[in-house]
Amino acid sequence: MQLTVWTYEGPPHVGAMRVATAMKDVHYVLHAPQGDTYADLLFTMIERRAERPPVTYTTFQARDLGSDTAQLFQDAVRDAYERFQPKAMIVGASCTAELIQDDPGGLAEALELPIPVIPLELPSYQRKENWGAAETFYYIVKALSRPAGENSPARVRPSCNLLGPTALGFRHRDDVAELTGLLRMLGVDINVVAPWEASPDDIARLADADFNVVMYPEIADTAARWLKRTYGQPFIDTVPIGVSATRDFIAEVTELTNVDPGPVLADAASRLPWYSRSIDSTYLTGKRVFIFGDASHVLASARIARDEMAFEVVGLGTYSREFARDVRAAAADLGVEALITDDYLDVEERVQELQPELVLGTQMERHVAKRLGIGCAVISAPVHVQDYPAAYSPQMGFEGANTIFDTWVHPLMMGLEEHLLGMFSEDFEFSNETRPSHLGGGARVAEATTESAPQADDVLQWSDDAEKTLSRIPFFVRGKARRNTETFARERGIATITSETLYDAKAHFGR
Amino acid sequence: MSGNTALKRDTRDSTRGEIIRERGQREVFCGLTGIVWLHRKIQDAFFLVVGSRTCAHLIQSAAGVMIFAEPRFATAIISERDLAGLADMNDELDREVEKLLARRPDIKLLFLVGSCPSEVIKLDLSRAAERLSGRFMPDVRVLNYSGSGIETTFTQGEDACLASLVPEMPASTSAEPELLVAGALADVVEDQFRTLFADLGIERVSFLPPQRSGELPAIGSNTRYLLAQPFLTDTARALEERGARRLDAPFPLGEEGTTAWLAAAAREWGVSDEVFERVTAPGRERARLALGRYQDELAGKRVFFFPDSQLEVPLARFLARELDMQLTEVGTPYLHREHLARELEWLPDDVQLSEGQDVDKQIDRCWAAEPDIVVCGLGLANPFEAQGITTKWSIELLFTPVHGYEQAGDCAELFARPLRRREALRI
Ligand code: SF4
Ligand code: SF4
Repeated sequence: MQLTVWTYEGPPHVGAMRVATAMKDVHYVLHAPQGDTYADLLFTMIERRAERPPVTYTTFQARDLGSDTAQLFQDAVRDAYERFQPKAMIVGASCTAELIQDDPGGLAEALELPIPVIPLELPSYQRKENWGAAETFYYIVKALSRPAGENSPARVRPSCNLLGPTALGFRHRDDVAELTGLLRMLGVDINVVAPWEASPDDIARLADADFNVVMYPEIADTAARWLKRTYGQPFIDTVPIGVSATRDFIAEVTELTNVDPGPVLADAASRLPWYSRSIDSTYLTGKRVFIFGDASHVLASARIARDEMAFEVVGLGTYSREFARDVRAAAADLGVEALITDDYLDVEERVQELQPELVLGTQMERHVAKRLGIGCAVISAPVHVQDYPAAYSPQMGFEGANTIFDTWVHPLMMGLEEHLLGMFSEDFEFSNETRPSHLGGGARVAEATTESAPQADDVLQWSDDAEKTLSRIPFFVRGKARRNTETFARERGIATITSETLYDAKAHFGR
Repeated sequence: MSGNTALKRDTRDSTRGEIIRERGQREVFCGLTGIVWLHRKIQDAFFLVVGSRTCAHLIQSAAGVMIFAEPRFATAIISERDLAGLADMNDELDREVEKLLARRPDIKLLFLVGSCPSEVIKLDLSRAAERLSGRFMPDVRVLNYSGSGIETTFTQGEDACLASLVPEMPASTSAEPELLVAGALADVVEDQFRTLFADLGIERVSFLPPQRSGELPAIGSNTRYLLAQPFLTDTARALEERGARRLDAPFPLGEEGTTAWLAAAAREWGVSDEVFERVTAPGRERARLALGRYQDELAGKRVFFFPDSQLEVPLARFLARELDMQLTEVGTPYLHREHLARELEWLPDDVQLSEGQDVDKQIDRCWAAEPDIVVCGLGLANPFEAQGITTKWSIELLFTPVHGYEQAGDCAELFARPLRRREALRI
C-alpha cells in the first residue's frame, strides 16, 4: 500500500482513453463501476473537448456482482457497437473489473462483431497512465497495421509517420502542427499521424511510410520498436524540443532521407538564440532552476536550460519510472542527483531544500512553487485547463523554442527591473509580508524559507538584525541568501547569525 | 433490448405520469466525491480511502485539482503485492495509519473509506477501524464507511459518512425536545439557521456533521431532526434507531422551501404564528426581492435535469414554483418517496420524472425535449454547450451555498448566468 494525495498519472485505463479519444472511429468499452466515468471530465473540461470521449462504461453495481456482470459487459459492447458504429473497438477492465476477472476480451470476441475488437491487458495495480497509453497504442498498431502493399501510393518525396500525440497531452495538438510544417519544408511528407485523429484505416497504412518519428517516447516507443522489428521501418526518437534538439532532429531526418536541410536551417526562425544573447538576458544567467515532469520533457528542458538559456540546473527528476535511467544519466552529466518519484511531497521537499529561482514542472510543481513564492513555468503533463491555451503554443521545433523562451522568462524578473528591486528593497511591495505581485500579490503565505530544509542538529539562530537585513533582500533571492548564509555559518561553527555573517557569506559565495 | 438497458415503465404512481426507471450506463460520480466537501466541513477529521489509483485520481479530478497545502484526505493505494495475501494487507494498512497519525497530531477522527476494490476483495474495514480505534483511542477515533461506486452514487457518500457517525453520538439525557439538523451545510448557512431557530425560541439546536469531531451532538428519544439534504436515507434510518423522529418537511431551498422547513420545527415547538411571521418575514422578503430580479430572465425557460446529486427534485420544485421555469425531465439517481413526499406534492403534474440512468438514451430524450438549459455533470456539459445547448454543471449546486433565504437569489443566479452568457456572446 502506498499513501497518495495527488497523483502525476492516472490508472492505465485512462491512458487507453487518451489513445481512443485521440482517434477516429474507435470505441472503447470499459468494464468499470459508475464512479470511473469521472475520467470523461478530464477530456471535456480540462482539454475542453467538444465531444464526449468514445467510451462506454458498464457501470456495474454491487448487486450485479452475484449475478452476471459478464452478460452486462456483452450487452454494453453490443449496444455500443449498434449506437456508435465504430470501425474498431478496444475492450478492457478498470481496476475493479480486473478483480472480478470477467475476461472482456473473450466475452467481446464471442459476440463475433464484424469489426476488429482489440482486447487490452492493463494491470491496474502495477502500472500507470502513460504505460497504459503506450500499451494501448501498441496493441492497436499490432492488430490493425498491414505490410506496405502494392497499392500503396508511389511517392516522389520521402514520407514519415508522426507517432505518439494523444488526447490530454501537453501541447500535442500544436506540436503536430509544428512538426508537420517543419517536415514538409524539409521535403518530407506526412503519411499518418497517430493516434491523433487517426482512423483504423490510417493505422492499416502505417507501413507505407519510410520512417517513424517518435514524438513522445512515453507513448510511442513500444509501437515504434514493433514497427521496426516487423516492417523494418527505422525511427527517430530525438525529441525536437529546443533549438539544438531541433537541429539534431533535422540532421537525423537528413541522414535517413537525403533531403537538403539547407533551406530550413537558413530559414530557422527561432528567436531564442539571439534573445538569449541579447544583453537583457544577462539577468537570466545562472538563474537556479529545478526541473520535474515526464522524462522526455525534463530531458529536453534540462538541455535548453543549461545550453540555450545559461541557467544553472540545480536539480531534476521525473515521475516516469520507465525512463529513470535516461534521467539519471542526464543528472549525472549536470552534476546533480536525479529525483525519481511519484510522490509530490518528495518533490516539494526537494524544492524547499534547493530554493531554486525558477521551477519548471507540472501543475503539481506549479502549486508547490506558488506556495513557496517561487516562479514556475509548466513544461509537462499533468496540466490544468489553463495549460490548453487558445493561442498556438507548440513546444517542438523552432516556434516551440520561441514559446519556451517566453514562458520561462515570464516568471523571472527581467533587466533593469531587477536592479531597481535591489536598490529599493525598502519598497512596501518587496517586504517580507507581501507576496510578489506577479504571483498574485496579497499577503504572503508562510514564508517558505523560514522552515528551510529540516536539519537534525540544527541549532542555528538568526539575530534580529540579521532577520531584518534578510527581509530587505528581494524575495526571489532571499531563499538562496538564507541557505547560503546557513551553510556558511555551519561550516564555520557559527551559532548565531548576525548581519555581519550574512554579508560575509555574500562575499564568500560571490552573489 | 438487452438487460443492461432495461427500461421499465412504472404505472403505480397515480398522482402523475409514469416514472422512467432505467438501468444502463450511469454518468455519475461515486460516493468518494463527498470527501471533497466533507473534509472541509469536519475540521479535525481525515479521510483515508483504501482503494486504487483510480480512486485517488477521481478525488483529485472532482476537486478540480484544488491543491490544499495539507489536504485532510489521501488514498492508500492497493498494489499487486497487497493483493497476494489478506493478512499482509491489514498490516500494511495499520502501518500507513500509524505513519499518518504520527505526522498529523491534529487529526482526532479518522475515516477509513471503502472503495470498489476494497469491497470486491472483501477487505473488512469495519474490523480494521475497530482494531485501530482500540489502539489510538482516546486520541483518535477510527470509523469506516463505504464510498464505493458499486454501493454509492455521488452524494450517498455523505449519507454513508454521516450514518457512520450516528452510533458515536452521545446519548441525550435531556427531558426537553432537541432539534438536530442533518446534512452538511456551508458554514454561513448554518449560522443563518442557528440565528433563525434561536429567534423562534428553539434553543437546543445542533448540526450533523459538527465542525469538530469532539462536538458530536447528543441524541435520544427527545430528538427531532430536520433533513437539510435530500440524500440522507441511511443517516435518517440510523437516527431513528437512536430514537430520533423526523420532522416531515420539504427541503430548505428557495423562499417557500425554507419557510416550510422552518415551519415544521416551529410547529413541533409550538411557536406561535405571530412569532413565526415576525422572525421569518425579513428573510422571506429579502428572498422574494432577490428572486424577483430573475423572473424576467428565467420565467418560461425549459429545464432538463440529468441525475446527479438527488437535489434535483427540490431544485426543480424551486425553479418551477418560485421562478416559473418549465420542467421537462427531472432525473435523479434515486427517488426517496418518503423524504421527498412534500416535494413531490409541490411538483407540477406534467413533469417527467426519471430514476436511474441510461445516459445515451437520456441524451436522446434531452434533445427531443428542447430545453433551454440542462443541468448535468462535468463530463456532459461541454459537449452539450458545443452543440448549442446551455448547461449548468450540477456539482456547483453542491459547492455553492444555495440553502436558506439569503442564498435563494444565489441559487437562481447559478441558472441565470449560463443563459445570460449565451445571450451576451455575439460570436
Ligand atoms: S467507482 Fe469505485 S473504483 Fe472507481 S473511483 Fe469510485 S470507488 Fe474507486
Ligand atoms: S488555479 Fe490552480 S488551484 Fe485553481 S483550479 Fe487551477 S490549478 Fe487548481
